[in-house]
Amino acid sequence: MIEKFVSLKAVAIPLDRGNVDTDAIIPARFLKTVKRTGLGEGLFHAWRFDESGKETPDFPLNMAPYRGGRILVTGENFGCGSSREHAVWSLMDYGIRVVIAPSFGDIFYNNGLKNGLLPVRLASGEVRALIGKVQGAPGSEISVDLPAQKVTGPDGTVYGFEVGSFPKECLLKGLDEIALTLEHEREIERYERDGKKRSPWLFLDI
Amino acid sequence: MASIIRKIWDRHVVTEREGGLCLLYIDRHLVHEVTSPQAFEALRLAGRKVRRPFSLLAVPDHNVPTSPDRLERIEDPDSRVQLETLRENAREAGITLFDMDDIRQGIVHVTGPENGLILPGVTAVCGDSHTSTLGAFGAVAFGIGTSEVEHALATQTLWQTRPREMRITAEGALGVGVSAKDLILAIIAKIGAGGGTGYAIEYAGEAVRGLSMEARMTICNMTIEAGGRFGMVAPDETTFAYLKGRPAAPGPGLWDDAVADWKMFFSDDGSFDHEESIDAARIVPQVTWGTSPQDSLPVTGVVPDPAGHPDPQVRERMERALRYMDLRPGTRLTDIPVDKVFIGSCTNARIEDLRAAATVAKGRKVANGVTAMIVPGSGLVKQQAEVEGLDRIFLDAGFQWRLPGCSMCLGMNPDRLKPGERCASTSNRNFEGRQGPGGRTHLMSPMMAVAAAVAGRISDVREVI
Repeated sequence: MIEKFVSLKAVAIPLDRGNVDTDAIIPARFLKTVKRTGLGEGLFHAWRFDESGKETPDFPLNMAPYRGGRILVTGENFGCGSSREHAVWSLMDYGIRVVIAPSFGDIFYNNGLKNGLLPVRLASGEVRALIGKVQGAPGSEISVDLPAQKVTGPDGTVYGFEVGSFPKECLLKGLDEIALTLEHEREIERYERDGKKRSPWLFLDI
Repeated sequence: MASIIRKIWDRHVVTEREGGLCLLYIDRHLVHEVTSPQAFEALRLAGRKVRRPFSLLAVPDHNVPTSPDRLERIEDPDSRVQLETLRENAREAGITLFDMDDIRQGIVHVTGPENGLILPGVTAVCGDSHTSTLGAFGAVAFGIGTSEVEHALATQTLWQTRPREMRITAEGALGVGVSAKDLILAIIAKIGAGGGTGYAIEYAGEAVRGLSMEARMTICNMTIEAGGRFGMVAPDETTFAYLKGRPAAPGPGLWDDAVADWKMFFSDDGSFDHEESIDAARIVPQVTWGTSPQDSLPVTGVVPDPAGHPDPQVRERMERALRYMDLRPGTRLTDIPVDKVFIGSCTNARIEDLRAAATVAKGRKVANGVTAMIVPGSGLVKQQAEVEGLDRIFLDAGFQWRLPGCSMCLGMNPDRLKPGERCASTSNRNFEGRQGPGGRTHLMSPMMAVAAAVAGRISDVREVI
């Protein structure tokens, strides 16, 4: 279920940390649900709230100028660790649609694309500069243009980014990827016919 | 000229788009209760069916309690719903389920291999990042999110970009008291938590060839902690001997053909994008001090000082980690006391891990004030350990002997740390809050964890045995 994404101009939230893992994005105790909805409550829970459940005033998501921000700008290896797609669902439930970082955990990156959360990889120095600019002018906006593959910073600086052509098309049109794959049904069947001949032990019931 | 990674990958390409995006055929798919319910639900809503139910195995592991009364009583209603949902989904789709009352139930990455489901040359996926464990058999095995679980259920395929290929060669032999866990922690410390991003990794070299299947699984398991997409070890006689006779492995009629095929999976020299090497003989037992698996040091070391680091961002990260872990720079690692000891998880809960732990626990006692638990990776591991009398050794030493599950690895079942508690753990992640909010984790091997339990503080197991 890909939520369509074309472009977005929104307040950017700086989260100046590297290796933000998916346990930090959403702790495991929030995963005991059979639904995809309502996970925003658990987002960055240990950082957003203190032990008594009160908001921590110095965490960026809680700071007045960044409230309602929809673009997260953060450090390298964002979303490393667990494969939990709940990390993406919680970010989206909170309202975030774009995460800009120098690098991402590979599973998180894929999970983002499958849901309509756009992960944008920029060079380390570019992310550093963006974080600096956003911190220098809290509440300022960043624009993200998927068709043009461009990010425009608060000061008008433009940064290009790469994204695969297939996931891009899926995001732009909000396509059902499974339906697209099923168009290859004949090739999948042919693969299975050949596979049964080549390695029959892989096609026994397990 | 191709690596084993490419050879197996190429064999599974159904079709390829420009830019190396491949529709990859999936041979084996494991599901557990936490990351699958939304996938089955979406399938139902779209009116789709599970395409090849017999390629799947369902096992509850993440939120099952490990207490003896778990069949009668699971207190958490949300966990009960997830477990019941897995049962219903498996039944409806005709998927084999190893439920809590089945001796084969256990951590999905332990129970899959021990039942012979994972074979050389297969593709295997699971909605769990530690699926990389299964690469120990010479398989392309990787963790996926729930949307991809749904895609694999419906189509038996996944769209995947080709990985870059890295080989890590470990020469020499591991010393006494040093295990596969120490080797992989040392590798992660060397290449970093993001060092494997975008890469598939083959582990090779004399030290790896000398490892059992259990130990190879420990290595491949933590590939994800270096950011790697998947890890693998080329199949050899050790692999074949492990598989022969397992329930889902090829039977006598197909065995010879299968082995002949599996022998084709090896890497040609010069086929990697990147090579790393490590001298296994020089590795000493490892312990993590921080909140990333890359924060690993020889147990003979001291807590590092951020002030000595030239990069301000690294300095800040280290300071944060030390604050969270409540540690001071310069403290000897062996002076750090522990409150809890956890031996278990998909990294270190197989029979060989328990045997290694038992050699250290035998005739010793868990220190006063320390709570130590052993959680076998599956019912079959537990049974085997009991046949060998390992449970007696652990119980006599004062360890708890529990039922199989993910347990204290991830803080979503009743086994978790309280805020501020410090744990010597054989699991795979020392992230903030991983074992429970405010909990502090030191990763180490099973032998090292027993040494910590006995001393009540982090200890060098080589001085104990």
